[in-house]
Amino acid sequence: MSEEHIHYLKKIRKEKIIVFTSQITILIGFILLWEILSKYKIINPFIFSSPTRILTTIKNLYLNYDLISHILTTLYETLIAFLLGITLSFIFAVILYEFKILNKIIDPYLTMLNSLPKVALGPLIIIISGASSKSIIVMALLINLIVGIMTIYNGFNNIDPDLKKLFQTFHASRMDILLKLTIPASYKTIISSLKLNISMTLIGVIMGEFLVSRKGLGYLIIYGTQVFNLDMVMSGIIILIIISFILYKIITYIEKKLLK
Amino acid sequence: MNKLLSVKNLNKVYYNKKEETEAIKDISFDLYEGEFISIVGPSGCGKSTLLNILTGMDHLTKGTIDLKENLKLGYMLQSDSMLEWKKVIDNALLGLEIKREKTEENKNYVKGLFQKYGLSDFLDKYPKELSGGMRERVALIRTLALKPDILILDEPFSKLDYQSRLKVSDDVYKIMKEEGKTALMVTHDISEAISISDRVIVLSDRPCTIKNIYKIKREKEGTPIENRKDKYFAYYYDCIWKDLAYHE
Repeated sequence: MSEEHIHYLKKIRKEKIIVFTSQITILIGFILLWEILSKYKIINPFIFSSPTRILTTIKNLYLNYDLISHILTTLYETLIAFLLGITLSFIFAVILYEFKILNKIIDPYLTMLNSLPKVALGPLIIIISGASSKSIIVMALLINLIVGIMTIYNGFNNIDPDLKKLFQTFHASRMDILLKLTIPASYKTIISSLKLNISMTLIGVIMGEFLVSRKGLGYLIIYGTQVFNLDMVMSGIIILIIISFILYKIITYIEKKLLK
Repeated sequence: MNKLLSVKNLNKVYYNKKEETEAIKDISFDLYEGEFISIVGPSGCGKSTLLNILTGMDHLTKGTIDLKENLKLGYMLQSDSMLEWKKVIDNALLGLEIKREKTEENKNYVKGLFQKYGLSDFLDKYPKELSGGMRERVALIRTLALKPDILILDEPFSKLDYQSRLKVSDDVYKIMKEEGKTALMVTHDISEAISISDRVIVLSDRPCTIKNIYKIKREKEGTPIENRKDKYFAYYYDCIWKDLAYHE
């Protein structure tokens, strides 16, 4: 290895260390600052809570409010909505791509549905599906489906036209083009749509829980607001942040594995 | 000589909302067995349309195309268009796979072609590991895999740099002669057309009609690179150049 190469590798490692230590410092600094500001009443501890109060609340929630089952409920709803979301988006995208005329027909309706704030449909969903996990999953699907369909559909449309022409020179059937070209060529797009899908699903699930549920992290947050227990609200938010971070990391990991 | 393909009074009109465009007007020519014909013409004159019609990917408006019975056409496109997620060998077998003709016998035939053209070390590689020239050869093998009687080539080397282009057209020429194929090639490179073909058809600007057909005479038959040194080469170059320039 040449001296320049060693120097180059050192530079890369140095940058990595700087990024990582800075990230940790920001996190710790933020927590400390929050604690101190709250302790000396510079910010209102009743509203903004504080890291120590949050820790006590989480412990209390764990012991008296069955925190684990709330977390599991949210995770369960997220997982189901996510899996249903990607499957259905894929199927709908294939249908829209294969039947262009259908796409033209429903285009204005899709646009309308897309621009409609889905939360407005919440009350309707509760009445139709009942105040249960079912309506929360429906809510999340409403949010992740349209984005999912559009991402995958655009992926299909971006396939190199030369490849399509190649298949036509062999007089390939539509089924052959779909199975041997369209789907494998969009593999990367489909995999990368997962990341977008998981964040959309989480938004949908929490929104759904705000509206209907008796369980889940969204419920804990809204319940905390109703009884004016802002420590509970803050704890719910913090747990949610941690969960979404972990989910995101898992998806990124899966994505890396699949794209290898 | 055995006539394989006969095009008579071919016309093609395109329609759009505003107008109709005459793309091809009254084109007639014959293609004989073992022959290599090149078609040159200004860009956008409808050369590719002509090939699309010959290969059944587009419809003609008027005229007839007579193909000798049971003959198969093979179409090689402008870009080598490899499926990057498939191994080189599976790319070469794509046509057979789509036509449901991927038999052991045909597979061995394709593997034989790989061997013959110095690519057998690359069977299990992925397309991105191949050079541009190699990819062109794989694309040609992919077309040859279906054992076509006539090869239709649409500016097959246009994406290569000049050096590899000369080399690959030499290779392709040899492959074609060895396999005893008849070929019809579209190109915009005059010197390539003269050096590789038996006849050159010069097309006019839109609507595309036949301007001239040259039967290329040579002192001695050689590979395309050798043919470029032939004493008639400059003469034909000059004629075709003038034919095309007239329309600028």
